[in-house]
Amino acid sequence: MVALNELVVVCLAYVAGLFLVAFLAERAALRGKGGALLRSPLVYTLSLSIYCTAWTFYGAVGYAARSGLEYVTIYLGPSLVMIGWWWGLRRLVRIGRSQRVTSIADLISSRYGKSNSLAIIVTLMAVIGVTPYIALQLQSVVLSLSIFAANGDGSSYNPVSAALWVAAGLALFTVLFGTRNLNVNERHHGVVIAIAVEAIVKLVASLAVGIFVVWGLGGGVEQTLARVDASAIGEWQVQGGRWATLTLLSAAAFVCLPRMFQVMVVENDEERHLQIASWAFPLYLMLMSLFVVPIAVVGLDLMPPGSNPDLFVLSLPLSQGQNGLAMLSFLGGFSSATSMVIVATLALSTMVSNHIVMPIWLSTRHGSAVQSGDVRQVVLLARRLSILLIIALGVLYYRISGGSAALAAIGTISFGGVAQFLPALLGGIFWRGATRSGALCGLGIGFAIWVFTMLLPSFGVGAALSAEIFTQGLWGQSWLRPQALFGISGLDPTVHAVVWSLSLNALAFVAVSIVSFPDPIERLQGAQFVNVLEHSGPARNWTASVAGSEDLMIMAQRILGAPEAQAFFRAAAEAQGITGGLPEPTPAFVQALERELAGSVGAATAHAMVSQIVGGTSVSVQDLLAVADESAQMLEYSNQLEQKSRELTETAAKLRSANEKLTQLSLQKDGFLSQISHELRTPMTSIRSFSEILRDAGKLSEADKTRYASIIHSETLRLTRLLDELLDLSVLENGQVTLRMGQDRLSDIMDRAVTTALAGAGPALAVRRETEAPDIVLHTDVDRLVQVFINLVSNARKYCDAAEPALTIRTSRHAGGLWIDFVDNGSGIDADVQSVIFEKFFRISGEEAEGVGLGLAICQEIMSRLGGQVIYLPIESGAAFRVSLPQSVLVQETGNPGKTAVS
Amino acid sequence: MPARRLFLERRSYRMRRAMDAVRLLPFVGLALWMVPLLWAVPGDGQGATIPMSSALRYLFGVWVVLILGALALWWRTGRGAAEDGADDPPRPR
Repeated sequence: MVALNELVVVCLAYVAGLFLVAFLAERAALRGKGGALLRSPLVYTLSLSIYCTAWTFYGAVGYAARSGLEYVTIYLGPSLVMIGWWWGLRRLVRIGRSQRVTSIADLISSRYGKSNSLAIIVTLMAVIGVTPYIALQLQSVVLSLSIFAANGDGSSYNPVSAALWVAAGLALFTVLFGTRNLNVNERHHGVVIAIAVEAIVKLVASLAVGIFVVWGLGGGVEQTLARVDASAIGEWQVQGGRWATLTLLSAAAFVCLPRMFQVMVVENDEERHLQIASWAFPLYLMLMSLFVVPIAVVGLDLMPPGSNPDLFVLSLPLSQGQNGLAMLSFLGGFSSATSMVIVATLALSTMVSNHIVMPIWLSTRHGSAVQSGDVRQVVLLARRLSILLIIALGVLYYRISGGSAALAAIGTISFGGVAQFLPALLGGIFWRGATRSGALCGLGIGFAIWVFTMLLPSFGVGAALSAEIFTQGLWGQSWLRPQALFGISGLDPTVHAVVWSLSLNALAFVAVSIVSFPDPIERLQGAQFVNVLEHSGPARNWTASVAGSEDLMIMAQRILGAPEAQAFFRAAAEAQGITGGLPEPTPAFVQALERELAGSVGAATAHAMVSQIVGGTSVSVQDLLAVADESAQMLEYSNQLEQKSRELTETAAKLRSANEKLTQLSLQKDGFLSQISHELRTPMTSIRSFSEILRDAGKLSEADKTRYASIIHSETLRLTRLLDELLDLSVLENGQVTLRMGQDRLSDIMDRAVTTALAGAGPALAVRRETEAPDIVLHTDVDRLVQVFINLVSNARKYCDAAEPALTIRTSRHAGGLWIDFVDNGSGIDADVQSVIFEKFFRISGEEAEGVGLGLAICQEIMSRLGGQVIYLPIESGAAFRVSLPQSVLVQETGNPGKTAVS
Repeated sequence: MPARRLFLERRSYRMRRAMDAVRLLPFVGLALWMVPLLWAVPGDGQGATIPMSSALRYLFGVWVVLILGALALWWRTGRGAAEDGADDPPRPR
């Protein structure tokens, strides 16, 4: 027989070992060692095993002894959730990481617009739902101790003081290793390693007892199975409704239990671990529940009637004299209980301190978020007090309930409570239409039904609810009976409670969500949560224009600690390109800071603290404008690109036309060179030949001499004229010409030009003059202007190809000055040469005329000297030139219009 | 190189089908574990009840099959993706 004292010594040694392991793990993590082990998928999977509490270790056997295989539903649900990791858990883990979620209350409040009221409600519900569960763990430890006490000298054993001692030890461990660091996103290495060790201990203990029972007592697998079939639970006896409901309930609780959320989502290090756990954790669950039925059956066979089946795991080896095995089994149960209490307390204390204590503390000090002082101490103190409070609540529940109820019943009640989070949780991560009002209504209704139909009846008829209420209903309303809501009786109480609470919860959640309208921040958060797999980028929520970086820095230092906050601000400043200063409070920076703070104090509190400094709502018109600005900028940019490409196209077209012009000019030049050499050679040849005749021929008649001499003379004239024109153009181009300004009537100038141009032999040309303003006096170089006119008129005379050539000279006044158009009735100039007619040496090809192709070039030079221009008008039917003169050359007609040339 | 591309396409095709299986597996498990709903229960007078040993064998057999299935799928998808490494999307912090 194992004495109680001996057991206590072993137990203390085991606890000391756990403290040592946790301490070593913390130290190794601090030195950056052992990271591979601490972050391995094995440790992740083992830490998930806190799902298996003392309820599993002791209670499953009792459950099986009472109701057969029903106990297994508690493990089927989690197995399905794990195997279906791709659907839900992957999303949760991704959201947990991108939003720096610290607890399930934090996740729900963060999803529904960082609502603190929602966080408080979820926290309270979790505390109420989990407290019985913690009491259950204490009860199991006390019960298991009592077995040993009953066996030995049990006179000194006091269950109440034992419960207190166990609770105190657990509180000490949790405070020591659970509140070392503030940032919940940094894993609690000591706790995690201790839990992993405990997971191994309870698995080994469970398997050891099972193997002892099957092979040691049962005589092998086949014989044990035969014994099972022959026992009281030898046939399938689970009601279908309970089977399905309990599987659903355990699946829901697996996701919603605060401690499971803590290890599964908050302490998850890599998404990859999730898939490994998808087979490793079901394997763990299967091994834990594998020997439950054989132990129950053999226990029912061998143990005296009336012994508690919840403790078969312990009492069976003890009754067979297997003290070592019994000790191992006790340690397994002890591990199950302690690991659950530690993590559950940790998760709940985080929720309580972040969502209840901190907001109250903040609200009692208005606008003090920027005052000096270290908030971290406040947060840690709040967390430690919360741990003590929660464990105290567990002890209190244990004292009140008297430890009488069967383990399994308490566990199911607890599951039913936390499962109420499921609609709000699933709706939040899959449905963007879910709103805060919907979540509040759903949670409230579900929780109320759970309290009324599950929690209160569990205390027994006449304890919390009177017998009258059970039979007559609340306030005498028969449809409000706690185990027959709406008059539907005959259902199993658990199925009844779970079905009504969850379905009405989901119905209220969906219906209210549909009719209500979310506020902007809810919509933003909803979009981020639902689309977390597409993009994990944070939304820009802050209009930080009024936020002072100094204030933010002071606040961050108080929560994150001075070195951490300074490092964070320095990194942010460097990212913004600022060296040696505080970063600009851009929306992105404030968002990142809030996320960082949320890791320490939860999203709602962090939001409240930052908004104390930043002020104002988080989604503003400016934010929307910024979004609009961005798209406008993009539009502008694309417009600019379009513009540029258009300009490039135009430039290319210009270059192409310039190139064509150059090619044409080059051809023109070649043509001119051959032309001019011909022009020069022809007179030269005749001059040379006739002068040679004159020199060499002895007898020439006077008539011949005169004829030859006049030929030489006229050829010389022609040469001179050619050279004169070249010279004239050269002078004009070089700007060496001096203008001889004078005044004359336009009609007189025109008379001179037309008379001169039409003089001499040549084709007849009818000239018609249309003048709007008859008496215009010009102050200009009259002779040069006459030269231009002569050139234009004689061009018309030379090149007009009409049968009866006619030239119309049209004079008109415009705002810009005077226009004189010369339009003939010929076929005009071909479009392809219009651009080069003003070039030097251009002559219309095929024309036999005396010009050398300098006339129009000279005209253009003269007109630019006179401040005007001459252009070709392509719109007229014939060849048309426009000479335009500026306003400045027009003389006021008040003066004497007499012909007063000034030299 | 066409041969190599064929290999890659086939591989990514396999990968996708394996991911389909990952998605499908929980539903298979749910269906198999809900089969006991069809079993007769003592007292409802519908034929012979199922002996406990058969029920145990069936439920734990399904459990083992699901675990092996999840393990095999992890071997095909998760492990392979971890080895490739490069095409893993960067993990958000």
